[in-house]
Amino acid sequence: MKILYEKCPNATSGLITAFLVFSFFAAWSQNNSGTVRKFENKEDNSKCFKCHFNNNYTVTSPDSSKIITRKMYMDLQIDSNVYYHSNHRYFKCIDCHSDEYFTYPHNNDLRFEDISTCLDCHGGDPKFEKFNFEKITEDFKYNVHSEKHNSTFSCWSCHDPHTYTTHARTDKNILEVVAYDNNLCLQCHANKRNYRLIIDKDNPNLVQKHDWLPNQALHFKNVRCIECHTKKSDTLLVSHHVMEKKDAVRACVECHSRNSLLMATLYKYQSKEEISRNGFLNSIILNRSYVIGANRNYYLNMISLAILYMVISGIIIHALLRVKAYKRYHGK
Amino acid sequence: MENKIYFYPVWLRLWHWSNALLILVLIVTGLSMQYSSFESPHIPFSLAVTIHNICGIILVFGYLVFITGNIISKNGRYYKMNLKEIGGQILVQFRYYLYGVFKGDKVPFPVNIERKFNPLQKFFYVMIMYIGIPLLIISGIGLILPQFIVSRALGVSGLLLTSLLHICVGFFVSIFLMIHIYFCTFGASITSNFKGMFNGWQETH
Ligand code: HEM
Repeated sequence: MKILYEKCPNATSGLITAFLVFSFFAAWSQNNSGTVRKFENKEDNSKCFKCHFNNNYTVTSPDSSKIITRKMYMDLQIDSNVYYHSNHRYFKCIDCHSDEYFTYPHNNDLRFEDISTCLDCHGGDPKFEKFNFEKITEDFKYNVHSEKHNSTFSCWSCHDPHTYTTHARTDKNILEVVAYDNNLCLQCHANKRNYRLIIDKDNPNLVQKHDWLPNQALHFKNVRCIECHTKKSDTLLVSHHVMEKKDAVRACVECHSRNSLLMATLYKYQSKEEISRNGFLNSIILNRSYVIGANRNYYLNMISLAILYMVISGIIIHALLRVKAYKRYHGK
Repeated sequence: MENKIYFYPVWLRLWHWSNALLILVLIVTGLSMQYSSFESPHIPFSLAVTIHNICGIILVFGYLVFITGNIISKNGRYYKMNLKEIGGQILVQFRYYLYGVFKGDKVPFPVNIERKFNPLQKFFYVMIMYIGIPLLIISGIGLILPQFIVSRALGVSGLLLTSLLHICVGFFVSIFLMIHIYFCTFGASITSNFKGMFNGWQETH
């Protein structure tokens, strides 16, 4: 998979699109269970998607009436199918972008348009309180990406507002959450072209860099990059403080132990839900996954200890009785 | 009369003691992984994993030696159980250990060239060697090569089920080990069975 990413950027976007489309089907089926809201903006939006859906567009020169076809840059391409399954699907393009974009060819000055940030809509709204947008924005300040790449690296770099869907905070299979979240990192870290759009060097080979990790493939499939590369946060479901490489977790026992850090990260949402549903005991064993050293079942522990004590005391009592009987038959 | 029988040929002794040593290391490293903690690492986790894996793999080869030895030598016959009779015989042997031994009763199934193990002993050896160890080996291989495990069974992770099996059987093998060592003191003298496992000759009562 990694090799595929390296050699063939198209495959990356293909994979990502396939993955996104897949997740949107899941989101769609979930939304369908509630009331169905109608898309009222499709007609307006279609004017934009007419060009922005495609990988090229045509412009007619106002002077010579010459028609030329140009490439649409990837960042400006938006798949309407994906958009209409994303969290922001009910918005009109011009809710966030200037309505002057309806003029075509677009006015050059529009590139100075202020692009809204997450907080512009989500800040201070009690409806979004549980998502902790303010705290995440604060956390993100210490993120290596924002320290190193300043303003070119923003929330949008990972969470494309046109495609984003909520993942971690759903009842989805953990593996899907892991794949989705890791894909966010891999978009650049496993893609030479995207990586180079941000920094002037080649992306390090992730497989090689992690070759110290036993069962690497299994780890990559079952845990997220952020489990080891972010600073744990008590208040946030997903910490946004991505640390420097040297601070990443390397000690196996941080996860492979009773106080597994995964309980504070990957399983945080699930275990909270499960604890409230099933009580505290067993919450991990029901977690449909297995981490050596972290999965401990209270009852099994108790039963095994009971058996152990019974066997040891049985042996001791038997041995004592034997000694007693021996003395009785063979004299002192 | 010389009351000694040559029960333990060299291959069996070599298998037995290497197996015993490996099992001990596997128990210690296994416990260390299962109860690993960040505050008090018993054995560094990755070291425990490596040792556990290596010993497990060597144990598989040892197990093959044991099975092959039991097939091609006469030792295998001591493990044959008559399913109809074994239940009753186990009961007799159990009663002997429960009170007969304290009353100075005679051993109900004296050792002879046709009978190396008493029925209870035979039952436990068969359970451990033909059911317990194979289950441990299969689940252990599953955990080393997790790509071969079914990922989900009845909504539970296959990895979880496999490791649960591995840990439970491992636990029973540890319990067997304690009982095994204790009952090895029931030879002609307390130490004679241990000596036998070293020099090959078992003293009979
Ligand atoms: C430190 C640990 C151990 C000690 C001191 C020990 C001691 C002995 C002794 C003295 C005997 C000879 C008595 C007899 O024939 O019943 C014996 C036999 C045997 N032991 Fe162990 N043992 C140990 C560990 C184990 C382990 C871990 C296993 C298997 C998992 C095992 C399986 C057996 C079997 C199958 C026999 C019968 C072999 C035969 O004659 O075919 N032992 N052991």
